[in-house]
Amino acid sequence: MIMADPNLVLVGVNHKTTPVEIRERLAFSPGEIEASLERLISHPEIIENIILSTCNRVEIYARVRNTEQGVLLLKQFICDYHKISLPELDSYFYSYQDEAAVEHLFRVSSSLDSMVLGEAQILGQVKDAYSLARALRSTGMVLNQLFEKAFNVAKRVREETGIAERGVSISSAAVELARKIFEDLENHSVMLVGTGEMAELAAKHLISYGVKTVYVASRTYERAVSLAKTLNGAALDFDMFKEQLHRADIVITSTAAPTFIIKKDMVERAIHQRKNKPIFFIDIAVPRDIEPEVNDLENVYLYDIDDLQSVVAANIHEREKEAESALEIIQSEVNKFNNWVVSLDAVPTIVEMRKRAESIRQKEVDKAIRKMSHLSEEDKQMLHIATQSIINKILHKPTVNLKKQTQSQEGHVYLKAIRHLFHLDD
Amino acid sequence: MFNISLFSYFGASLGYFVYLVYRKPMVSTLATASVGIGLLAHTVWMGLRSMETGHGPYTSNFEIAMFFSWMIVVVYFLTEWKYKIKDLGAFVIPMAFLALLFSAFFTKDVALVKDSHPFWMTLHRTLSVLGYAAFTIAFAASIMYLIQEHQVKSKKLGIMYFRMPSLEVLDKLNDKIITIGFPLFTLGFMTGPLWKVKMQQPVLTWDLMKTWPLVIVWIIYGAIFFGRMFAGIRGKKAAQGAILGFVMVIVTYFMHV
Repeated sequence: MIMADPNLVLVGVNHKTTPVEIRERLAFSPGEIEASLERLISHPEIIENIILSTCNRVEIYARVRNTEQGVLLLKQFICDYHKISLPELDSYFYSYQDEAAVEHLFRVSSSLDSMVLGEAQILGQVKDAYSLARALRSTGMVLNQLFEKAFNVAKRVREETGIAERGVSISSAAVELARKIFEDLENHSVMLVGTGEMAELAAKHLISYGVKTVYVASRTYERAVSLAKTLNGAALDFDMFKEQLHRADIVITSTAAPTFIIKKDMVERAIHQRKNKPIFFIDIAVPRDIEPEVNDLENVYLYDIDDLQSVVAANIHEREKEAESALEIIQSEVNKFNNWVVSLDAVPTIVEMRKRAESIRQKEVDKAIRKMSHLSEEDKQMLHIATQSIINKILHKPTVNLKKQTQSQEGHVYLKAIRHLFHLDD
Repeated sequence: MFNISLFSYFGASLGYFVYLVYRKPMVSTLATASVGIGLLAHTVWMGLRSMETGHGPYTSNFEIAMFFSWMIVVVYFLTEWKYKIKDLGAFVIPMAFLALLFSAFFTKDVALVKDSHPFWMTLHRTLSVLGYAAFTIAFAASIMYLIQEHQVKSKKLGIMYFRMPSLEVLDKLNDKIITIGFPLFTLGFMTGPLWKVKMQQPVLTWDLMKTWPLVIVWIIYGAIFFGRMFAGIRGKKAAQGAILGFVMVIVTYFMHV
């Protein structure tokens, strides 16, 4: 289907088409977005517009009078605003119209166009861009509907596909595992053995999911104390941690020790002391800190850096697979949106309404003429002309008003009402 | 009514499985609605029948199997309401369906009750069926636990890893349901001989063949129940125990029929 009226266009650059050196020059700060939205909306060619600017993309969505001119205008605007010449940038720009623009927005909001497939941040950024534009009244019926729809699509994709459910970084995969072993991390404790950067990151991630009790052990006690301070935990003497092992539900090791510092018998004792409550070991040290046989113990789960990396790789692959079913959802939503747009067009409805009236008139006049055999040809002609003019007069105002209303916010409501009242959809 | 329940449970079983694999929220809602309709029809039908016969649904083989199915669904709804584990339905509702289907093979005739102590019979049979329903849920939770445990342990994180709840939740559910189910079952188990005594039948005449499996069932669940309290039995061992116990329940049942 072709969108007759709305003339949607989109012009932008993203992380796929444009290197960061260019992207950073094209970014709009929130203040700049406000000023730009106002400048654009005052242009006679532009009916509605929204600017989306994140570190990975700069995009302007607009409803314009003429799509080709609109695209050029938006490109020119971006270049002029950032004082770069258009020829210099032109190869970086992509632009989409109508259906393709709708599809692109749905892909962006569902995070299919993101650097990390399925990440959650982009939806918030699209929402912010929309509410800013809406507050400044630079959006109207079509973009409002389009963006609201885009949020719905993103929600559907998140709920119906697994695109966002698998962690794609080492620390998120580790947190996910922790949450599959222990439901609620709040009542659980983590022990850091060694103060490696990645261990710190994983610990922070765990803390953000509610872990409250943190122990830090390091060969250099001062390092343990300082990291414990940033994580709001307690520092342990390095010789002490082995006796304290049973206190930890999650143990993250990252020491530079050349041999295993946590052995099977040690863990066996800890598990016994814990009355078989599970322990999750995350060994991100190379060479490894924990004897691999520890994983053979019941209620003990051990993941080393390679294990986590292969989980991450599998997760990325899964997300890519999920992206395909997300595309199906998007396609069907694009079609729905198109139908809505087509329904905005007043012309077909007006034609149908007149056809309906005309066919009734024709039938009734023919019936009357058959009964009045005395009428001359001239009289018959007069009868037709008179009835036609009645219909034209009755339908004139509704036609004019319908055309006018379809330009407004509630246009589709009027169309729906007319189609319903005249019974045009059976 | 009976057929409505049967078809509803069947539809819901399919629905929950589809949800487990394809995760369409609609399917899960439909499945839950289907179980709801089935339970309603089941309840009404059972109520009408009880009014007609003048006693609860536990006097014939048909009634007991059907009552067991009903109890599974009731306990499932209570669990689902408390724990919100949608996927549990995929493992529990098929059991309710099978129990109900199984009941259809028995005669629906009303059994002659020549019992002068209906109170003891009601107590004994209701408590036992309630206990068995609890064990059925524990069985389902244990299967889920073992699947999930295997995935985490072997580091092969398949589709189920993401769909199923955490080990802790599954273990907790297993714990709770046996903690409640075992005492109920024990009471049911003990009221049996009491009922016989009331009927003035000699207690020791019961068939040994019929009784020993029940004792084993009691020992297995007792071991899990007390083992959790005093010996730190949990997780995989508790799950394996609950599965073994349930298998024994089935064996007992067929030896009784």
